[in-house]
Amino acid sequence: MSRRIQSVAGTWLVTMTVAFLALAFLTDRPVRAGENDVKDYASPIEILLSPDGSRLYVLCQQSEEVRVLDVSSYAVVKNIAVGRVPRGFSLSSDGAKLFVANSWDDTLSVIDTRTLTVTATWPVGAEPSSVVEDRTGKRLFVANRISNDVAVLDAHTGEETGRLLAGRGASYLTLSPDGSHIYATHIYPNPSRVRSDLDNRTAPESEITMIDAPRAVVVDRIPLHRIAGVFHTAFSADGRLGVVAEYHPKNLVPLAHLEHGGAFAYTLTLFGMDVGQPVEVPLDELERYAARPFGVAIAPDKSRIFVSCGGSEMVTVIDVPRLMRFIHFRPRSQPVSFASDLSASANYVVARINVGHDTRGLMLSFDGSKLFVANRLDDTISVIDTRANRVISTIVLAGPKTISPLRRGEQTFYTAQYSFQGQIGCASCHIDSTFDGVTWDLEPDGFGRDIVDNKMLEDIKDTEPYKWNGGNPSIPVECGPRTEKYFWRSETYDNLTLTDLATYIRSLPPRPNRWRLANGEQTPAQERGKAIFERAQDKFGKPIPETNRCVFCHSGPKGTNQKLFDVGTRKPTDNSGLLKAPMLTNIALTAPYLHDGSARTLEEIWTVFNPDDKHGRTNDLTKDELNDLIEYLRSR
Amino acid sequence: MKRSIFRTLLICAMLARVAFAAPPQMPRFRFENFTTANGLPNNHVFAVLVDGDRIWAGTENGLAVYENHAWKTYTTGDGLAHRAVLSLALDKRTGDVWAGTMGGLSRISGGRIDSYTQLTSGLSNDVVYGVSVEGENVWVATAAGGCRLNTRTGQWTLYNERNTPMIEIWTYGVSATPSKVYYAVWGSGVLEYDQKTGRWDKYEDPDGENEIVLFKDQGLIHEIVTSVSYVDNILWAATYFGDSRYDGRYWHNFLTKDSGLPSNFTNFIKGVDAKRAWFCTDKGLAYYDGVNWAVYRPSLTDGKPEMTVRDAQGKVTPVAVTTAPAHNYVLGIDFHGDDIWVATAKGLSHGIRQKN
Repeated sequence: MSRRIQSVAGTWLVTMTVAFLALAFLTDRPVRAGENDVKDYASPIEILLSPDGSRLYVLCQQSEEVRVLDVSSYAVVKNIAVGRVPRGFSLSSDGAKLFVANSWDDTLSVIDTRTLTVTATWPVGAEPSSVVEDRTGKRLFVANRISNDVAVLDAHTGEETGRLLAGRGASYLTLSPDGSHIYATHIYPNPSRVRSDLDNRTAPESEITMIDAPRAVVVDRIPLHRIAGVFHTAFSADGRLGVVAEYHPKNLVPLAHLEHGGAFAYTLTLFGMDVGQPVEVPLDELERYAARPFGVAIAPDKSRIFVSCGGSEMVTVIDVPRLMRFIHFRPRSQPVSFASDLSASANYVVARINVGHDTRGLMLSFDGSKLFVANRLDDTISVIDTRANRVISTIVLAGPKTISPLRRGEQTFYTAQYSFQGQIGCASCHIDSTFDGVTWDLEPDGFGRDIVDNKMLEDIKDTEPYKWNGGNPSIPVECGPRTEKYFWRSETYDNLTLTDLATYIRSLPPRPNRWRLANGEQTPAQERGKAIFERAQDKFGKPIPETNRCVFCHSGPKGTNQKLFDVGTRKPTDNSGLLKAPMLTNIALTAPYLHDGSARTLEEIWTVFNPDDKHGRTNDLTKDELNDLIEYLRSR
Repeated sequence: MKRSIFRTLLICAMLARVAFAAPPQMPRFRFENFTTANGLPNNHVFAVLVDGDRIWAGTENGLAVYENHAWKTYTTGDGLAHRAVLSLALDKRTGDVWAGTMGGLSRISGGRIDSYTQLTSGLSNDVVYGVSVEGENVWVATAAGGCRLNTRTGQWTLYNERNTPMIEIWTYGVSATPSKVYYAVWGSGVLEYDQKTGRWDKYEDPDGENEIVLFKDQGLIHEIVTSVSYVDNILWAATYFGDSRYDGRYWHNFLTKDSGLPSNFTNFIKGVDAKRAWFCTDKGLAYYDGVNWAVYRPSLTDGKPEMTVRDAQGKVTPVAVTTAPAHNYVLGIDFHGDDIWVATAKGLSHGIRQKN
């Protein structure tokens, strides 16, 4: 007995020592992810079947390639290298080409599906995330996440002919079965239109952008109220039922009510002739949330809907006739939402099939008998028998045999298993490791106090302290006790898991800045803006106190001196006016601004919220000088 | 003697032919007028835009769109920057409509309205008198200079007295094409931007601000320019003291005393091509086909529908009509095939082309 106690105590001591050393190591020294850690994992994110059903195309985000598998044996036919961080792909209308959207180098790879070679690489817009060809094979449509639009390209030359305004963070495109329309979704909510004292407490609004494919113009937008994060859309073969996967954050109440379902609902919005006015239905049930729905597929006979839920690591199966009975139970003249009804899904969800980590894209076989599911963070494809609703095989993609700390950390980041009822994970708010464009009322500061804008995570390594009020000294503290206590309200991380999670977060690199010139030089406007950013005298020749110069607080390569300041933006609901100078990395992407998201644009920081020049001396600037300053900031 | 009699008869015959010749064939219209009585949100219509089979009307109380024989109005509640819509432009590549208002610039796209103001964006001033779309750029004329928004990058570039030859910054209209961009500047003539070189040039009244014309056709007719239209490499410019046509080398000016203009006070001008243009004045709508003029308006004396034609010799002939634009204070025009849509101070008019 005593030896057993000694053994347990010894194990505990060793574990704690390792964890402590790891924490200390992480806190004090930057961690570099090994090149192999980054490149070798496949990270499958989307799947397609060739028109004859013989080949499976797997888009691998981390290894940056398309892997072509033989469907009968799942053997690799070829690996085709594409561009940086590919995010979406699709086949041409005749199946002869495969188009790949490479999100980090702003290109489109064109693959000949006969020779399985890249025949062209076309420059496209900022962060292309999805691509579809129209039915005639004349036009390509590309969703650009950063420029919030859908580019229209000549399908033969890649020449761009126009940009269509989509939702913010435009990311996923779907062609309707009859080829008449393209439906575009977006991952960040659209900017708020109205301004009031409570403007930063508005619920998010999103849309499905409906594009007339032959005319290449936007003809309608289906509003998605209270939605932030919209992913894939699918249609029934007859085109009468459309389904889109989405997140429904409940950001107007304090994030302290997981016990009452008060954080997120994960839902589908149904639309089309079978539905009438759009209907939002939840995927969640009381004890088991369907966190982070992403991919959607509808069976050819319209009997089932399959939804991949990355945070819950499962595929949710919905019986369509039962779903139709549920939504048509009472007549509707307006769009309606059942998002908060946790009893609803029992009426139509018929199975929840466990799959792998961060499950993403889905592909049904053409007869509907098999469903292929990409498990991004396991490097596997689950093959589901759709009649039995069970996984019948798992295709393992070639890659490292071991799971690195970085990958374990990424798995932890993307799972919802640690939170009460599996409701939320880091990625629920930090979509694709970024942010969600939503302001939240977090519990530690008191209910209704310190409303905060969600921040981008990329490049946050070595920018301690964290939180707007600088209350957390390190990432392990930010992600550990605070998150466990106030967010998850359930299982806590063990120390190694927390260490891995911190390792992953610290490893997140900044995406390429699209406002910088390729040659590293600055535009004339950016040069003028930089001079304003660094100036020590105002336009009247008066010296600007050092602490009131832009460059003082926003110093260093990341644009922060990591100290707290009062820049005159304190609101009556804020506990303190002291705020940490935020870093400026890719600041152009992260609206809204200021600690509470009250500035909708960069301009508003100074045109509305800096009346006393406490947030830098700016009120002597002309409008064009302020524009120059903003052009410079966008290039940071 | 015989020769003299013959010559006299010939001259008389020629004079008679001139005197009794039929007036030139100018386009005739049957006008259908829209007011608040049949769906417009306000009778004061500042601008009109034809967008396929949709007609957009910028009014003092909202942006109205006419489609399938019904009007729908967008207001500030829908996201419009301001209720008073002063100018309109169509992005033919995307189908989006851009509206300049008294409180900012709005983009209408698939039913969604995004607005830009001087507080929320790089727009120089909220009073947007003119807007024009060229490629991915939206060019804006404001009460504090011109602006260009690159819709791809989101970058705003401002044009004012600091970086152009603009003396006054009160820009009233803009016409942008891939080769040239022209600004109508109140009190500062016409500004020309060469897209290839990135250089600005300026055209002013050689007589300065004098209300006289010392030499006809020596340059721009007046400094107070209200509207510009650049089409087929020809600049048409409207002022409150006559109008001008410029072909890159020669100016030709139009005044009431030597043309068919019903008034020198011109609010808006729109060229059809190098020869033809429409003039929106405070005393009616005028059309110039390169030689002859036609004027359409309610009579200035009794309000009855009126159309007159002026030929090359200056002879004015009335044409019997039963309809006229809603009002003789005309603020804008756009073309719908052979039809025209006319914005006036008291309603919007649809001119339905009639066979002559």
